[in-house]
Amino acid sequence: MPPDTLEFEEPITVLLKEIEALSMLPQTPERQQSIDGLYRRIESIRGEIYASLTPWQRVLVARHPQRPTVLDYVERLFTEFTEISGDRRFADDHAIVAGFARYKDEPVLVVGHHKGSGDTKQKVYRNFGYARPEGYRKALRAMKLAEKFRRPVFAFIDTPAAYPGVESEERGISEAIAFNLREMAALDTPVVVIVHGEGGSGGALGIAIGDRILMHEFAIYSVIPPEGCAAILWRDSNRKVEAAEALKLTAPDLLGFGIIDEIVPEPTGGAHTNHELAAALLDTALERALALVSSMAPELRLDARYQKFRAMGNIGISEP
Amino acid sequence: MAWFKKTRKPMASSTADKPSRVPEGLWVKCPDCAQLIYNKDLEKNLSVCPKCAHHFRISAAERLRALLDGAWTEHFADLSSNDPLRFTDTKPYRDRLRTTRKNTGVNDAVLIATGRLEGIEVVVAAMEYSFIGGSMGVVVGEKITRAIEIALDRNLPVIIVSCSGGARMMEGVLSLMQMAKVSAALARLDRARLPFISVLTDPTTGGVTASFAMLGDLNIAEPKALIGFAGPRVIEQTIRQKLPAGFQRSEFLIEHGMLDLVVDRRDMKAAIARALRFMRAEPAPVEQPLAAAAAATPDA
Ligand SMILES: [Zn+2]
Repeated sequence: MPPDTLEFEEPITVLLKEIEALSMLPQTPERQQSIDGLYRRIESIRGEIYASLTPWQRVLVARHPQRPTVLDYVERLFTEFTEISGDRRFADDHAIVAGFARYKDEPVLVVGHHKGSGDTKQKVYRNFGYARPEGYRKALRAMKLAEKFRRPVFAFIDTPAAYPGVESEERGISEAIAFNLREMAALDTPVVVIVHGEGGSGGALGIAIGDRILMHEFAIYSVIPPEGCAAILWRDSNRKVEAAEALKLTAPDLLGFGIIDEIVPEPTGGAHTNHELAAALLDTALERALALVSSMAPELRLDARYQKFRAMGNIGISEP
Repeated sequence: MAWFKKTRKPMASSTADKPSRVPEGLWVKCPDCAQLIYNKDLEKNLSVCPKCAHHFRISAAERLRALLDGAWTEHFADLSSNDPLRFTDTKPYRDRLRTTRKNTGVNDAVLIATGRLEGIEVVVAAMEYSFIGGSMGVVVGEKITRAIEIALDRNLPVIIVSCSGGARMMEGVLSLMQMAKVSAALARLDRARLPFISVLTDPTTGGVTASFAMLGDLNIAEPKALIGFAGPRVIEQTIRQKLPAGFQRSEFLIEHGMLDLVVDRRDMKAAIARALRFMRAEPAPVEQPLAAAAAATPDA
């Protein structure tokens, strides 16, 4: 089954329908040839569309329901993954996954948001990736485990936001995120952050402090969702397309601002079109990033991490 | 006093709070108890209603005046935003900045000062709500970080008085990163065993709450301040229910374990001084325990 097409992929949808119609007819070599031809056309159209996506289109790609999750990457790139649960305070939050595994045979720790893939039941189980305080506390507990045993951390970022609900506030979502920001800044082990889907505001940042920040080609990272921004500043959430433009939330924008270190290429048409290839492309970037941060002396690494975040935003300041 | 006469037109905050700033004119009507208060009396009372203790919102300069012993030195006042995103919504951010600078007389939403609080040398960062809702952009993040670095350098306690709607949207992800930047500086302050008192005032929400405001060695709030991560309207939309009265107010937060103290503005300075004397092992200069005072008085 081809992945669901997005609204701006209309020409592809049309061709896919043609293919579907042809496939219902009895198979002949000629018919198969036309089907293959149509697939090639799809590939070339995809290439054209994805070469010049608007920021809002990138938002849609980043939120694609079939976009690979942290566990899709873990399954393809890591071995011996053992998921661990709970914050030892209140509960286990399924919107954030934590566990240990091997990467290139080296023991590592993985944390990451998970929006839930597949049916609605799965998505509800993961709370659509909206983490509660216990999720952030679980993630930090796991990362402290990595620090204790001197294992590197991979943090996978993909969340719309921290969960904006009553119980989040009651249990201190602000404190949970704030505490992670402070403790991750000083976490004495290498940390590689991968913004592979939706970098939704403080909910994303709460597990996204590290030595090397990678971001997928069509991922987004923003202070507020475009819809929310449009509702507040334009007083009309339908102005989300303009808001997405204004917020400068794309990977090339963030690279230009010095917020991320590297863009991870995606398959033409986005990571959701080919999980295997997406994983292979990430593998190359991950291996290089891990080697880089692991080679640094711990003291220098922590200082470099501090200076990295210390410098963020300074391009926006005028000082006479 | 110039700071008091300036026209202030705070941007509509994202929260549904009542207008609480001291209005112009000789008489002020308390929004809580409807009492008419003479402007000068209100000012003398640190902008707290003498009848019902409603806390009016005050400016950063008034805050410094309320906390510090006398004159203070302001730092980094000339830092300003250069509109890094070239952001435009219904009007250009650049214009919004220019107007706000003119109306408030400050360059961005935080003042940094060094001075003395009951004799103890401190670094204070006070947020200015009338500057785009006290929102945290790159200038606020940088100035607070520098304030923490002064403290590290000179071995001083830090006090941050929050009054903010959160991160500044018009500076996009750069403003989001200020949460990380300030928190990283606070990690260094923490490891250096230097005190950090976080004072939360109405309102403290969004990225400010989810970073430095919640990281105090002590988190002290003014009464009835709105304090939260998500705005009440966003939460109502999520749960499709009306929120209970008092939700996300200081008294709610202290019941849920997120605050150490809720302190009336008129007692705030003394409360901070007591905390700092505990942390810095400074002698108690004025007050003495009752028993000791009695023993010291021959005819008691
Ligand atoms: Zn009153």
